[in-house]
Amino acid sequence: MDSQIAEPDAAARIASIPIEEIDVARPSLFQNDTIGLFFDRLRAEEPVHYCRESYVGPYWSITKFDDIMAVDTNHKVFSSEAKLGGIAIQDMHSVEGALELEMFIAMDPPKHDQQRKAVTPAVAPSNLQLLEPIIRKRAGEILDELPIGEDFDWVDKVAIELTTMTLATLFDFPWEERRKLTRWSDVATAAPETGIVESYEARREELIGCAMYFKTLWDERINEEPKNDLISMMAHSPATRDMPFLEFLGNLMLLIVGGNDTTRNSISGGVLALNQSPDEYAKLDADPSLISKMVPEIIRWQTPLTHMRRTALEDWEIGGKQIKKGDKVVMWYLSGNRDESAIERADQFIIDRKNPRHHLSFGYGIHRCMGNRLADLQLRIIWEEIHKRFSRVEVTGEPERLFSNLVRGITRLPVRLRAR
Amino acid sequence: MIKITFVASDGERREVEIEEGETAREAALYNDVPGIDGDCGGVCACATCHVHVDPEWIDKVGRLMHDGMEADLLQFAEGTTEYSRLACQIPMKPMLDGLVLHLPEQQY
Repeated sequence: MDSQIAEPDAAARIASIPIEEIDVARPSLFQNDTIGLFFDRLRAEEPVHYCRESYVGPYWSITKFDDIMAVDTNHKVFSSEAKLGGIAIQDMHSVEGALELEMFIAMDPPKHDQQRKAVTPAVAPSNLQLLEPIIRKRAGEILDELPIGEDFDWVDKVAIELTTMTLATLFDFPWEERRKLTRWSDVATAAPETGIVESYEARREELIGCAMYFKTLWDERINEEPKNDLISMMAHSPATRDMPFLEFLGNLMLLIVGGNDTTRNSISGGVLALNQSPDEYAKLDADPSLISKMVPEIIRWQTPLTHMRRTALEDWEIGGKQIKKGDKVVMWYLSGNRDESAIERADQFIIDRKNPRHHLSFGYGIHRCMGNRLADLQLRIIWEEIHKRFSRVEVTGEPERLFSNLVRGITRLPVRLRAR
Repeated sequence: MIKITFVASDGERREVEIEEGETAREAALYNDVPGIDGDCGGVCACATCHVHVDPEWIDKVGRLMHDGMEADLLQFAEGTTEYSRLACQIPMKPMLDGLVLHLPEQQY
């Protein structure tokens, strides 16, 4: 996977590491994009792999498509509960002074089910159809502002802007202040070592500011007739309207983060993938009706969230390995999405695949991404509008990647546009 | 071969045939019936092969079991009714020859 980007001797070096010493939790592997070589080894040699020591403690890696599916659909054995550590390889609630957010992605049934049901209608297909014209109009306006024939950063000018615009539309958020959403999303997932916040205290302060802002919006909407935006829905639904404050904040944050990093990086990842596969770009250029198939392929290829984590509630066997009650189990979607035994030519980006939606990026089972149709819609609109305006979005320099083992992020992508 | 008729949300009918032992989801996908996505591959993990069983057929197909993955997933789907099922969980057998399944407006 993208191995041409890694340093030339990386493959030989990674091939010589003893299998038991492999630790795929290290964020640097994602930043330098050598992680695929590690996953290739695990899938081939030890698809269910135990790492004894890492900066996040011991954990199991599940790397094959079918094993990941088996864990993801077994929520009775594999818990998402925050108090057990939650949904990411790094335990939630493990940091002194951090604000403890409660969100349904990190809950088990029945509470998960009640809260998810309350928020789901906002991103259901029928509601999205109402939002499509306004998302398309705003996307067109952003693209019309871009310079032709000169270098600029696609991440800042397009990916962040388009994603923020959609979120603001979804929340019916005050338009001029929409970049607040981007900031809060970055802060919500930030640790001090990322440089985004100075300390956990500072993070706490900003998140409380965010909560107060949304409380004001909430108070407005609860006194109005119900509308199609997410805040109005949460304010009027019996399942969510009496939520404790931290839960309210947690679920808001889930919707902001869930709709931000993921789509942002799929927008950038698609541009990069098309540039790395010129034949595919030519196919797209010749037949834009392929966009609806290309979109899920971009989401597979990018896999914007590399993993989800569970905690075993009982002893369980997977792939011949004995997982013990209490163990941390990491489903590496990024690896499963390159598994040749489940996806034909998985190491290639192919925009007209037969079953492009058969990928792991949204997860499966009761925690499957609630916004998956919104992500599809947003990416489809964006590519249709890009295609109308530009014959090429040409990558002109090396991409820079995020130092994170969870968000597979592109932080900078120099491009130049050619007008159609 | 067993016959199934899929009725789209706009009323258009498509009659297809499928072998015994395959599921209603496969009948739709093999015959390119629009309106069934079936993202997960037919393992009851995504709820994108949601159908409304024609009331005439619901007793033969069987109603949704209240505890189980199919119900866990369908609770989050859009436009569910008492006739909702996942097509991947309807294995075809001779007694279902002539089955009528209605497609929801959208899969979610």
